[in-house]
Amino acid sequence: MASTKVEQRCSQMARSIRVHSLRMIHAAGSGHPGGSFSAADILAALYSDCLKFRPDEPDWLDRDRLVYSKGHGCPALYAAMAVAGYFPVDELIGLRKLDCRFQGHPDRRKIPALEASTGSLGQGLSIALGMALARRLSGQDYHVYCVIGDGETDEGQIWEAALYAGAHGVDHLIGITDYNKIQNDDYSENILPKRDLPEKWAAFGWHPIEIDGHDISAIRGALEEARGVSGKPVMIVAHTVKGKGVSFMEDEPGWHGKAPNDEEFVRAMAELGEEVSV
Amino acid sequence: MTAATVRSFEMGKSTRVAYGETLRELGRERSDIVVLDADLSKSTQTVLFGKEFPERWFNIGIQEANLVSMASGFASCGYVPFISSFAVFLVCKGFDQLRMGVAYPGINVKVVTSHGGISIGQDGPSQMGIEDLGLACSLPGFVVCCPADEVSARELVRETAKHDSAVYLRTGRPAVPIIYGADHPPETFRLGKSVQITDGGDVTLIACGLMVSEALIAHDILAAEGIRARVIDMHTLKPLDGEAVERAARETGAIVTAEEHLLHGGLGSIVAQFAAKHHPVPVESVGVEDTYAESGSPDELLDRYGLRAVNIAEAARRSLARKSS
Repeated sequence: MASTKVEQRCSQMARSIRVHSLRMIHAAGSGHPGGSFSAADILAALYSDCLKFRPDEPDWLDRDRLVYSKGHGCPALYAAMAVAGYFPVDELIGLRKLDCRFQGHPDRRKIPALEASTGSLGQGLSIALGMALARRLSGQDYHVYCVIGDGETDEGQIWEAALYAGAHGVDHLIGITDYNKIQNDDYSENILPKRDLPEKWAAFGWHPIEIDGHDISAIRGALEEARGVSGKPVMIVAHTVKGKGVSFMEDEPGWHGKAPNDEEFVRAMAELGEEVSV
Repeated sequence: MTAATVRSFEMGKSTRVAYGETLRELGRERSDIVVLDADLSKSTQTVLFGKEFPERWFNIGIQEANLVSMASGFASCGYVPFISSFAVFLVCKGFDQLRMGVAYPGINVKVVTSHGGISIGQDGPSQMGIEDLGLACSLPGFVVCCPADEVSARELVRETAKHDSAVYLRTGRPAVPIIYGADHPPETFRLGKSVQITDGGDVTLIACGLMVSEALIAHDILAAEGIRARVIDMHTLKPLDGEAVERAARETGAIVTAEEHLLHGGLGSIVAQFAAKHHPVPVESVGVEDTYAESGSPDELLDRYGLRAVNIAEAARRSLARKSS
């Protein structure tokens, strides 16, 4: 099936997110490429035609909220926001350097447009839940999105939020699990296997949607379905590949949290369609 | 030595009841206040707010971590959340959430706990908040407050609501003596501004929470010995009223602190650190030594763990001996 113009725009944005993320991490000499790449298509779909936002008015009251709970994957978030118009893309290269607002993990004090400071895993979904309840109370018209990692679901607090939101039918709350199946030390299967994630969320009273997290059309469809759900929170369980987009990083636990050397950088950029020399 | 004639107090309500009643008043005055509790609302007294404003009251279940982070979300959408549980549960179980969701991003959440200290009594050490003040003080930007009686608690809860950033306020379980009459001057209680209750030139007793009434009795015990003690209610531990501490050090030359908290990290540590830097004088501290308490009646526990006027008076004598040596 021929992809639509919107999908082509999403795919281009996803490619930009990966390119910028890799440049940032390479320049910083540290960072998390694996989880940035696995979330790139999800972020592209969110920022290219899903989220309601105004880059020049970040505190616009009716904006959709995106809580990026898997904070270590922030290069992809910064890149997506830059492409979406929040920051000049040239500034991204300062990632992790002193006096740069692009901190190693998202810092709301440095970037007020971020909805939450994250990096200590397991907390973003609860923050998003608070925002969704605030929306319900104020009667405003926005959705709250929260991107979590699958490794993050090891944290008990995720299931506290799951329990509460499900029991109270908190809608306008849309979680997205970047289910890349690798965590810091190894494959999740060797650390703490996550089995039957959609069934778990359903059991907690959520509306689960299971998709291929690199299929732009599927992501867009899931987000559209999610926005139409009332009386329940939604969890989109997006199957992804850690390091997606660069062959030698894909599904390799070693690329969770390390920067490419110069040679790897050139090769990776070439795979993303960018000729660079260092 | 003649037996001292010490003052007696009229008993008032507990500071947690003062909190619950004031919170309900604030609910009537302001529509932006939301209250979250973790299934201890009859103890923390937020149930009073909940009965009148059920749509703004979230009794979320036994989920302290979720509680704190949810409050962060509410606050970033413009609400002013008051969150409550026992001191030990909210601060110890929710500490990283307080750090990540409140202190670090600079979010305006009001953390008001009950069951501070060992005077909770029979339920025992697992329920006693004896680390909470030190932990709360360690969070950058937090204001930390521990009122002494019903009257000051009401006003400090109001001040907490008015303040534009995070506040930790500890209340206690038992009914406590009334220290401040209805005739106290307006604006007596301001966050960060201590209250000097008695004047004296020999030693200063600096206390918070229910130890303020003990310090006043200690004042009377010492008066019978010819020792004139200044008593300060240091209801706000952070920011410390350094001006009052420096003046006490300069004018009385000896300081005793008294708190219902571990000696590490609480009022004693903060006052000693400040005095050592600005005007070094002997500082003695009364508080819970490096241990956990046990079950018992509140009075028995305060006796056994040395949180009484006699212990403060003894510490004052030690400080005076050091001053003159």
